[in-house]
Amino acid sequence: MSGGGQESTHRTIERVARESYGRLVAYLSSHTRDVASAEDALSNALVAALTTWPRDGVPQSPEAWLLTTARHSLIDLVRHQQVAAASEPTLVLLREERKEVTLSPEFPDERLKLLFVCAHPAIDSAMHTPLMLQTVLGLDAVRIAHAFLISPTTMGQRLVRAKTKIRKGGIQFEVPQERELPQRLDAVLEAIYAAFGIGWDDMGGIDQPGRELAEEAIWLGRVLLHLMPREAEVRGLLALMLHCEARRRARRGPDGSYIPLAEQDSQLWSVALIEEAERHLSEAASGGRAGRFQLEAAIQSVHAERARSGRTQWTAITLFYEQLVRISPTLGTRTGYAAAVGEANGPQSGLVVLDGIDPAAVSAYQPYWAVRAHLLQRSGKTREAAHAFDQAIGLAEDPAVRQFLLQKRG
Amino acid sequence: MQFALLVYESPEAFAIRNDETGSYIGAWRAYYKTLVESGVYVGGDPLEVPETGTTVRLKEGKRGVQDGPFADTKEQLGGFIILELPSVDAALDWAARCPAASYGAVEVRPLAPESKHRITG
Repeated sequence: MSGGGQESTHRTIERVARESYGRLVAYLSSHTRDVASAEDALSNALVAALTTWPRDGVPQSPEAWLLTTARHSLIDLVRHQQVAAASEPTLVLLREERKEVTLSPEFPDERLKLLFVCAHPAIDSAMHTPLMLQTVLGLDAVRIAHAFLISPTTMGQRLVRAKTKIRKGGIQFEVPQERELPQRLDAVLEAIYAAFGIGWDDMGGIDQPGRELAEEAIWLGRVLLHLMPREAEVRGLLALMLHCEARRRARRGPDGSYIPLAEQDSQLWSVALIEEAERHLSEAASGGRAGRFQLEAAIQSVHAERARSGRTQWTAITLFYEQLVRISPTLGTRTGYAAAVGEANGPQSGLVVLDGIDPAAVSAYQPYWAVRAHLLQRSGKTREAAHAFDQAIGLAEDPAVRQFLLQKRG
Repeated sequence: MQFALLVYESPEAFAIRNDETGSYIGAWRAYYKTLVESGVYVGGDPLEVPETGTTVRLKEGKRGVQDGPFADTKEQLGGFIILELPSVDAALDWAARCPAASYGAVEVRPLAPESKHRITG
């Protein structure tokens, strides 16, 4: 086979791995709850594909091929673990399932259960996002570690511990009952949003972990929407992420400098992404129940309006924030509300909102200090503004944001 | 638990250290103030340029003295800051906010108080 053919086979393997990873891991682990072994088995199958497919050609149903191969590997793995008593039921289960699968290349999509397992309340919430990125998207621990500013070894250990808990801690692979669904779904949405990692981008407050994972988060959002097409908040989250993603090109100047939302050239925003976001948002709104993510998306939708009207309707943004703070009074939403009030009713009003937040909670929260500095400067309180700028600069991680704030401080 | 942030800087950064007009000194002042206000700052000092360093080592029982820094890489240790923090995660957060993280590198290492105690008594 020619080199070019091999290369395209490799690309096929990459594509299949990317699209099928979560489906295969979810299906392979849904009965055994052994996510780590399912991942090991799947990576063995992918290695086998790399040697077999370029030689014999890509099988008709690559996903079914990977599943069958991974299943054989999984049986070997379980056997080698040599805990015969404990794994006997697992082996029986796997043999049973093998019969089913060889009959049909189709198998059920268990990714929804896997997403709920990853964001299970029994698992440390800091690990919800890393688990999803690894088990559903197949990202390696090193990349996840970089994004979350944790040493790769430590991230690897934490992932292993979390998977052990899934296996041994009695966490069921199931979609939660109606009664507990809203709360459990919130945890899933939160974890996806954490991967997206933009708190809000008005004032130099892009200081959240995981911001390198925006595209992965949108992918997860699309997977979730595919699995739960009727949940309004799922659409809300996707709309929110798409609106923010639409502004990616406008966020930096040609020299890499930071450009705040208010100064962005709206011509650089992606019309396609904004339109897609708007479609999801209006579909979500037709359901009636307004949730946190729909409100955040609605705020971004008002910002997006500037591309057409040339101005920002701050009063509308303030109204959405009022509802948002009522249902989700986080530091981020309260800071965003203060900034919106500052624009709509003047800096003094914004500062009053900021003063209502517990000072102990904001000492290391960068967006709070950036907004405070901006509002103080606008009210002519130069000395107090300089202090707030120092805090915002000292807490900034992004050098472009730091440079921007240094210039603003003067 | 105390951690040291080891700040690595390029010769260019060493050269603009005393430049009052650029953003270098402003960024460092702001970072320092924030560390103090956050109550995590224990101590720290910038170090003189690498050329002023001297490395001493014993090789096979013989003393060797070498002018300059230990390693001949582009970036050199430019200073250190001691912080009081609950975990290495928090230390890495502060290291990421350190101006040198974007133009150089910052190494985080726990202090070794037991070794110190062994030496100082």
